[in-house]
Amino acid sequence: MASSTDINQLASRAASVTPPRMAKAVRGLSDQTLAWIFIAPTVLLLLVINIFPLLWTAYLSFTDYTASDPARGLVWIGAQNYLGLLADEMFWNALRVTAYFVGSTIFLQVVLGFALAWAIHRQFKGNGFWTMVIVLPMMLSPAVVGNLWAMLYQPQIGLIDTAFALMSGAGPSGFHLLSRTNLAFWSLVVADTWMWTPFVMLICLAGLKSIPEPLYEAAAMDRATPWRQFWTITVPMVLPFLLIAVLFRGIENLKMFDLVAELTGIGPGQVTELASINLKRGAFDNWRTGYGSAFAVVMFVAILAMARLYIAALNRVAQR
Amino acid sequence: MMTGNSRSAHSIVRPTLRSKRIAGSLVVFYALITMVPLVWVLVTSFRADSTPATMLSEPSPEAYLDLFVDPSRNPMTDGVSEFGQRFVNSAIIGLGSTFLSILLGTFAAYGISRFKVPMKGRLLFLILSTRLLPPVALAIPIYLLYRTIGLLDTYLGMILIYTAVNISLAVWLLKSFIDQIPREHEEAAMIEGYTRLQAIGKVVLPQARNGIAVTAIFCFIIAWNEYAFAVLLASDSAQTAPAVVRNLGAGGGGSWSTLAAGIVALLIPIVVLTVLARKHLVRAMTFGAVRK
Repeated sequence: MASSTDINQLASRAASVTPPRMAKAVRGLSDQTLAWIFIAPTVLLLLVINIFPLLWTAYLSFTDYTASDPARGLVWIGAQNYLGLLADEMFWNALRVTAYFVGSTIFLQVVLGFALAWAIHRQFKGNGFWTMVIVLPMMLSPAVVGNLWAMLYQPQIGLIDTAFALMSGAGPSGFHLLSRTNLAFWSLVVADTWMWTPFVMLICLAGLKSIPEPLYEAAAMDRATPWRQFWTITVPMVLPFLLIAVLFRGIENLKMFDLVAELTGIGPGQVTELASINLKRGAFDNWRTGYGSAFAVVMFVAILAMARLYIAALNRVAQR
Repeated sequence: MMTGNSRSAHSIVRPTLRSKRIAGSLVVFYALITMVPLVWVLVTSFRADSTPATMLSEPSPEAYLDLFVDPSRNPMTDGVSEFGQRFVNSAIIGLGSTFLSILLGTFAAYGISRFKVPMKGRLLFLILSTRLLPPVALAIPIYLLYRTIGLLDTYLGMILIYTAVNISLAVWLLKSFIDQIPREHEEAAMIEGYTRLQAIGKVVLPQARNGIAVTAIFCFIIAWNEYAFAVLLASDSAQTAPAVVRNLGAGGGGSWSTLAAGIVALLIPIVVLTVLARKHLVRAMTFGAVRK
């Protein structure tokens, strides 16, 4: 910091002794102009592809527009779409399923992810290689992973059915896990946990690594037990990192679409009809554009609220 | 250093051999379980026909040939190798959007990192929060917009949408790399008589090369993996491969082996890129916030 201000002073002194016209030629465009030129294209792209659509969605949500019949035009119907949502049993079902999905996946992933991070932090032989292996699933395409797990859950050809057949000694059965109302939901949770536990693990590991060793040494001097060290040093130091992981996974699973669309779709009896799946069905399969837009606005508001918390948490960790 | 007199310090700071062994075997056990689905799909892709999984059969590359080489046997066909075509689409759109994200992202990241920008915090929030919005909800107006200006199912339309998806990661991640390059270097160059642009080209970009490469890898992975926009904004000539994997199975006239082969073919590039960028995973996953 100190050296950079020195150089700044040096630069301004150099600038003050240089004739203005020459300085301008040397410097080219002013920094203020450059800042605009550099940032404008990105902002423009986001305005056109994100902000404008956001506002348009909000507008459409007050109309009865249907995209399959553009010639019909649109009629302003006030808050009717929103009132319709509140009265729609499928809307509440989608919210309920999404809440269960977000809650159960986050719980499993935090428990498994933290335990794995704790174990990897012991620095055993070969931990780099095994960490790499564990991390792979989260980098894969969710839609492809959905197909992969749909295959594993298949009767005859799938892993689960084959494993049961081998264990029971009977031949492969026709047991179709994904068509059972009580199992289809959990088949999603398992696939998502397989895929995203490594994410929570990596972030927790970064948190564990950020703890300065002398903290533990000092605590040991004071004869703090390992248990006490865990609760007074490890947990509070890892918590900001864990918060990032939880908020990010929460946002991602609140809007979960790809994995579920390919794995179960709406599932038997709508047990896996998450918010995004329901929204896609209403807006793109049934072409109720206005109504779907109202649902979209509800999701935007929920996610932007969580995004605020998430970005605040990111900035806090970045200052470490 | 005092060693061996305070057991409690050991248990956390320097793990004992025994605790390392237990931790190690737990991690290896979990890693092996993680691998089972991937190995399973790999084995299935080399099965000659859909024999039940309990029976062994000679490995055969038939499914891969069906997908990529012999169009007449392609499951999703009308004569051309459809899946091969989607694969090419994925590569073109992935590379195009990665290039554009890096181009726009580098300039924006440099601008935010170095210049006085009004409402910098709000700008960064705006950029990242767009990344968090649900694609299915955004797709409604974008579908209408694209239909009006004729961008549905075109390379340009898909490249633009994936650039918009990736620009937030590109700006945040590149900013974190550029922040680490000392300003003094370019300021010294400018005192020597370079213009700002020359200083960027000759001083900053070479030092940011690694960061740019890492960012490009993650942008490509995200574009390659994307599904929602591929389904909703494209239908055929500009649709990427993840949108049609399902059709490779029995439902689209193929078999379990061709489905498995399609899955493996889509996963391999990602595995390679992940191994290449493994040191920077946490940083990319937190948009540059955790630098380790």
